[in-house]
Amino acid sequence: MLLKYRKVFNIGLQNTFVYRWNFLLRSLFGLVPLAGTVLIWRAIFAGTGESVGTYDYHGMIWYFLMVILVDNLVTPTEDEWQIAADIREGQISAFMIKPLNYLGYRFALFVSYRLVYTLVTVLPLGLAFFWFREVIVLPKALATWPIFFLSAAMSACISFLISYTLALAAFWILEISTIVFILFSFEYFLSGQTFPLDIMPGWFQAILQWLPFPYELFFPVQVFLERVEGAALWRGLAIQAGWVAITYGISQLVWRRGIRRYQAVGG
Amino acid sequence: MRRYLEIYAIMFRNSLIREMNFKTNFLLWILVEALWFMGQIVFIEVIFQYVNQIGDWTKWEVILLIGTHQLISQVFQAFFYLNIVNIPELVRTGRMDFMMLLPMDTQFAISTRQFGLDSVINAGVSVAIIGLALAKLGLRPTAGQVALYTAAVGVGITIHYSIMFLLTTFSFWIVRAQGLVYGYYNIFNIARYPDSIFRQAPVIKFVFSWVIPVILVANVPARVLVHADSGSIGWRLAQMVSAALIILTVTRCVWRVALSRYTSASS
Repeated sequence: MLLKYRKVFNIGLQNTFVYRWNFLLRSLFGLVPLAGTVLIWRAIFAGTGESVGTYDYHGMIWYFLMVILVDNLVTPTEDEWQIAADIREGQISAFMIKPLNYLGYRFALFVSYRLVYTLVTVLPLGLAFFWFREVIVLPKALATWPIFFLSAAMSACISFLISYTLALAAFWILEISTIVFILFSFEYFLSGQTFPLDIMPGWFQAILQWLPFPYELFFPVQVFLERVEGAALWRGLAIQAGWVAITYGISQLVWRRGIRRYQAVGG
Repeated sequence: MRRYLEIYAIMFRNSLIREMNFKTNFLLWILVEALWFMGQIVFIEVIFQYVNQIGDWTKWEVILLIGTHQLISQVFQAFFYLNIVNIPELVRTGRMDFMMLLPMDTQFAISTRQFGLDSVINAGVSVAIIGLALAKLGLRPTAGQVALYTAAVGVGITIHYSIMFLLTTFSFWIVRAQGLVYGYYNIFNIARYPDSIFRQAPVIKFVFSWVIPVILVANVPARVLVHADSGSIGWRLAQMVSAALIILTVTRCVWRVALSRYTSASS
C-alpha cells in the first residue's frame, strides 16, 4: 500500500532535483528580506533600548532565522499551480483509473519537494545561521525536539491541505491565481512571517489562536524556542491537530464535489 | 517617437478591452493588492506601538514612504509588469520570433504589450494614503516639491523596470526562470524600509544603493516631501538619477547580448 507512494516520492525526488539551481537561486534571493528584517529590528531595538514584547534583539533575530528554516520545511511553493494545471489540462483523468489516490500522490510529491528544497538551501541558510551564531539558543529540554517535529509535521499537513483544497477550485474556475494570492497575503501576515504574533495586542491574539494561520508556521517555531509551555503547549497542539482534521475533511468534501463537475478537458 | 506613441495607444486600448472581459478577476486583483498594502500598514502600526522613531523617521513619515513605494510599484505594474513576466514564456515557446520581426525596437515591443488597469486603481489608493500621511504630518508641499516628487517617482519606476527586466533577461540562459517573480519581490522587499536603517551596514547599503539601487527607489522621493529642510536632497536626487542611468544602461547592454544568443524554439 505504502510502497506505491514511496515510488511517487522517489520520482518526485528525481524530478525536483533538476531544479536545484533554481532552488539555490531562490534561497539566495530569500536572504535579501532577511537582511532587511535584521536591520529594521536593529533600528527598532536601538529606538526602544529595551525589549519589544517579550523579545530582546537576539531573541528576535533567532525567531526570524527559525521562521525561515521551518518555512522551507513546511510551506508548499509550486504545488497549487501544478494541481490546478492537472485539473485544467485533464491530467487528473489518469488518476481515476489508477489505484492511486490523488491526494496521496500530491502529498508524496509535496514531501519530496520540501526535502530537496531544504537540502539545497542548507548552504545559504547555514551561512546565515553561522553569521548570527551568537543568537542561537537550542532547546533546553530534550522533549522539545520530538514535540517540535510533531508540530512542524502538522504544520506541513495544514499548509499543504489548505493549498490543495484551494487549488481544487480549478474544477470550477479557470484562473485560480487571485484566490491563491489572497490566501498568501493572509498567511504572510497572520502566520508569523512578517513579525512574531505575540507582539500584537491581546484581543487580536485571542482571535488568532483559533484560526489555522498561526499553526502553519508560528506555533512550531514557538515550540522550538520554548516560548509556549505547559498547558498552553498541549492546548496549542490539540488545536493544531484539530485543524489538520478539519482541513483534511474539507479537502475530501471539495474533491468529491469537484470530481462530479469534472469534464476531463482534452482527455 | 510619435509612431511609438501611436503604437502604444493601440496596445493600451486592446488591453482595456481584454481586461473588461474578466470583471471578477479584475476586482479580485484589486482586493489582493489592497490586502498586501493593508498588511504593511498594520505592520507599521504594530512596530510604532513600541518605538516613536526609526532613525529620523516618525510613524506617518514611514507610512508616506510605504505609500510612495506602493505608488511606484503599482505604476510599474500597470505599464510593464505583465509584459516582463511573460518574456520567459516568449523565449520558451519561440514566439519571440514574431516580436523580433516587428518593425520597431524589440525591447519596446515586448515591454508594452499589455496594460494592467487594476494597478492604476491601486496606485490611486496609494495616492490617497500619501495624502492622508501629509495631512497627519501637517505638511503642505509647494508646487515645486510636488513636481520634484513626481519626477523622482518617475526615476523610481525606471529603476523598477530596469531591475525586473535585467532579471528576466537571464531567462535567455536559464529557460525555466520561474524564480524571477519571486526574486523581484524579494529584492524590492527592502525598498519600503527607511534608508536610515542601513546606516550601520555600509556594505549592504552600497550594494543596494549603487549595484541594485532599491533603497533609493522610494526613499528619495519621500524625502522630497519630508525632511525637506535637511538640505541634502539635491545630492540624493543626483545620486538616484545616476544610479538609475547606470542600471538602465547595464540592462540595455545585457539585453543586446541576450538577444544575440536567442536561438528560437521548435521550428
